[in-house]
Amino acid sequence: MIYLQLFLEFFKVGLFCFGGAFGMIPLIEETVVTRGWLTESEFFNLIGVCESTPGPIAVNTATYVGSVMGGPLGSICATLGVVLPSFLIILLIAAVLKNLTDNKYFKGFMRGVKPVVVALILSTGSLLLLKTIGYAGVQKFRVDVVSVVILVLLVGIYFGITRLWKKKLSAVKIILLSAGLGFVVSMAFEAIKV
Amino acid sequence: MLAELFFTFAKIGLFTFGGGYAMIAQIKETVVEQKEWLDEEELMQMITVAESTPGPIAINMATYVGYKKKGVAGSAMATLGVVVPSLVILYVISLFLDAFMENKYVAYAFTGIKCGVAFLILRAGFDMMKKLEKRVVPRITFGVVFVLMILFDLLSVSFSSVWFILMGGVLGIVLYAVLSPKEVES
Repeated sequence: MIYLQLFLEFFKVGLFCFGGAFGMIPLIEETVVTRGWLTESEFFNLIGVCESTPGPIAVNTATYVGSVMGGPLGSICATLGVVLPSFLIILLIAAVLKNLTDNKYFKGFMRGVKPVVVALILSTGSLLLLKTIGYAGVQKFRVDVVSVVILVLLVGIYFGITRLWKKKLSAVKIILLSAGLGFVVSMAFEAIKV
Repeated sequence: MLAELFFTFAKIGLFTFGGGYAMIAQIKETVVEQKEWLDEEELMQMITVAESTPGPIAINMATYVGYKKKGVAGSAMATLGVVVPSLVILYVISLFLDAFMENKYVAYAFTGIKCGVAFLILRAGFDMMKKLEKRVVPRITFGVVFVLMILFDLLSVSFSSVWFILMGGVLGIVLYAVLSPKEVES
């Protein structure tokens, strides 16, 4: 029963995602990719879309995956699943356990979780980077020159803007910039090969 | 009031991009400055709670503000408000993204977007790492989880990261709450 599965899997994501928008990416990736709902590549394309559309990333991914797997009802089940844990926990804190966040066991738990979340985010980012530049298995490493050029330009432009002009770049701007670079660099490589 | 909660949070859901902390600025402007539903201090308190509980920050905030204004029904309406715009937009996108991706030029743009996503995830991770406690236990925890996550992925071992989160939490309870409760208070 796909609806129940979507609900339960996204409920788990909602319950265990700490550390804001990026803290949930490792968990959603794992859930969605191991279940075979999306390929790894489709998943990270989706994250790109979610970074440049409004709303919380967890809700956006849940809606998308739910819809792909189970149509309109699927997207509602997945979204309900991801939202419900936060909703219930905050309701509990607001209504009954006003001092839960001052509780020493609760604080201890959160303090212990923090370095784990940072490690999950950085390992997900590193693995994605490795796969983006061409890693597909121990004996299947072929450097993806186009992606390497895009990354070098992206990092160069980013540090140029943030260091020289002291400007901050939002996630949306970085996605738009990288889309532009992807287009230009791919076109340039295509032109050279012709 | 219920309709007002819904539409106020729907506006927040519709106009904040990138999620998370971008939402806090928007919530501050709308909920604190325009509607005066919370004062500055309550907002700060709420951010602390939202950060130390699981789930998207925007959902946590909507539930809390909604409850304060109109009880359980209020919290349901405010939360629904944040969710509905995303639900509609991503549902529509899900109908045509696959077809859209078959276009050569779109695929080119997504070659770049994937690099952008890797960059954003790493940037968020490094920012959080800088704020991590500079102590032995958090550092070792970080190192062990990081190395194991990479190894498990490269060797195709399936191991849910939920276990790492739970183990980290239990370690935290034992170290900071059971063994040296004084330290946690300070």
